[in-house]
Amino acid sequence: MTSRIVKASPPRFPRKWRQYLSAYLFILPYFLFMLAFGIGPGLYAFLISFAKFKMGIPQYFAAGLNNYIGVFKDYRFLFTIGNILKFLVVSVPLGIALVVLIALLLHMRPGRFASILRTVYFIPGAVTGPALLLLAIFMFSPAMSPFGPLLRAMGYPSFDSLIAPARLPVIFTVIGFFSGAGMWIVIQYGALQGVSTEVLEAAKIDGCNAWQQALYIKFPLIRPYIIYQFILIFAGNVQLFVEPQLMGTTWIAANVPQQWSPNQLAYSFAFDIGNFGMAAAMSLLMLIVGLGAAYFVIRWTGFFDIKA
Amino acid sequence: MSTTNIPNAAAPTAWQRARIFSRRIFGDMGSLGYFLRLVVLLVFALYFGLPLLWLLLAPSKDQFAINSINPLAFGNWATVLKSWSNINLYSNGEIWLWFRNSVLYAVSSLAIGLAIGVPAGYILAVARFPGRVLLLWLTLITMLLPPSAMVLPLFLELNLVHLVNTMWAVILPASFFPFGVYLAYVYYSSNLPADLIDAARVDGCSELDLFRHVALPLAKPLLGLLAFISFNANWNNFFGPYVLLNNDKLFNLPVGLQTMIAGTSAIRPGFNTTPGLLKFQQADAAMAGLVMILPVVIVFLLSQRYVVSGAFTGSVKG
Repeated sequence: MTSRIVKASPPRFPRKWRQYLSAYLFILPYFLFMLAFGIGPGLYAFLISFAKFKMGIPQYFAAGLNNYIGVFKDYRFLFTIGNILKFLVVSVPLGIALVVLIALLLHMRPGRFASILRTVYFIPGAVTGPALLLLAIFMFSPAMSPFGPLLRAMGYPSFDSLIAPARLPVIFTVIGFFSGAGMWIVIQYGALQGVSTEVLEAAKIDGCNAWQQALYIKFPLIRPYIIYQFILIFAGNVQLFVEPQLMGTTWIAANVPQQWSPNQLAYSFAFDIGNFGMAAAMSLLMLIVGLGAAYFVIRWTGFFDIKA
Repeated sequence: MSTTNIPNAAAPTAWQRARIFSRRIFGDMGSLGYFLRLVVLLVFALYFGLPLLWLLLAPSKDQFAINSINPLAFGNWATVLKSWSNINLYSNGEIWLWFRNSVLYAVSSLAIGLAIGVPAGYILAVARFPGRVLLLWLTLITMLLPPSAMVLPLFLELNLVHLVNTMWAVILPASFFPFGVYLAYVYYSSNLPADLIDAARVDGCSELDLFRHVALPLAKPLLGLLAFISFNANWNNFFGPYVLLNNDKLFNLPVGLQTMIAGTSAIRPGFNTTPGLLKFQQADAAMAGLVMILPVVIVFLLSQRYVVSGAFTGSVKG
């Protein structure tokens, strides 16, 4: 050992470099994928947003800012932005509040009942995309839905009387929560499992009942996970596409405008009129919104504590 | 535990017995709180559970029954068999080709994603090297970009290298799994003692040996959780294949299901029925939906242990 330490001084740098090298080798495949499928497409979209397309062939920088101006001037731009804002205002706070409430209630008394319920809540997570929408359309049709009596009592005797533009933010929230909540309930429940039992025992001895424990101890301790959920839900919901697309155009032409969400508008720019420049500009604007919100929340809460 | 509070001098009065009994049932929630909790949880159980129950029963009901009898009643087995054969008739059983594609895409992306992601998360947690913090930030940023935002640029990029309309257009982008890298990073940061790593390094253990003999054996719950999340996301991938594929032989189940149902009267009787197409009905659509979601349910039930008590547990610090 001693001889090694004495000898270690001269080749110190090479050894450090060797460690760097092995670290880089571990990370290299991931880094390449990140370049190709994360950063690359983002940068390429940026490039294309200034390009003009002639017969599907891009002429880079030929468009200047025209694609952005085109997007802003499109008559559907403000409409779709307004729609997505309404959807976010309804879906994000409601989604988070209900998920946290359910996780806390389940965790008050863990046991067989709680674990069966957790499974019931989770399984709809398997239903997404077209299958989710298919099921949603059936559930919103009073004639065949198990919720039919409820829908009629609320004054919606038919599918068409229920699906109206003004109600779409709530309807998409109800659909999205059905499929998305289970995963987050499980994650928040997992976070609650991590709350130290010693702290809870101490609180119990001090006369803290189950409700006070939930409110004053468990809730503050899972705050990082709630922020995490906020960031991911916000970034995901900004991109709403499948529900309005299938409901409005592809499947049943319900009472849903053809381009209801910004992502649909970007899709329409690309594949209806072949203007990939405008589509890229639109996608980038949406990315900036998602990233901006995430950045703001991360800075404001000090989440994602990276150890330097 | 509350029974020990009984004063041992005299027999408990009826009032005391009632209190003891109520504490045993209600715990420290109080009776009102107990019922409130029960009602709220059961209402949500109906919201999440009834649609699934309905979907399970729907293939048993023909077009008339589905709209008239009790939504939660069972129709008959003959209709179940008929729905089954109807979805098999569509383009000579193409649904099973999509099923195979879905499995292929989901499992390949899962395998590649974990093979490149877990070592990356591990090294970010245990080693210090220039560029590490930058990589962590890039991971967070790309994690926040939902795949659907990347699809259009991805389409153009893959078009440049002529991969659009091949299976790689689905598998490769889905193998980039920053969420998994971040979780692996958090997991190893909080579950692998730095002293242990340093000691092993001083003893001349190479990084590869360390990973193989120390980090991987520790990673079981992490791998279970990541496998589940990744499989779920890949299985349900719709927007990517929808844009990147146009050969129906390459579709996965979600995109296949979408085309299968578009242009039939499966959802709305009488609407937009393309002449010559198989007459697809609501029971058949429900059956196709079941085929799509059952594998995920099975994977969930198998990996539930990891999903519930997995990598998230160690990372909340009181």
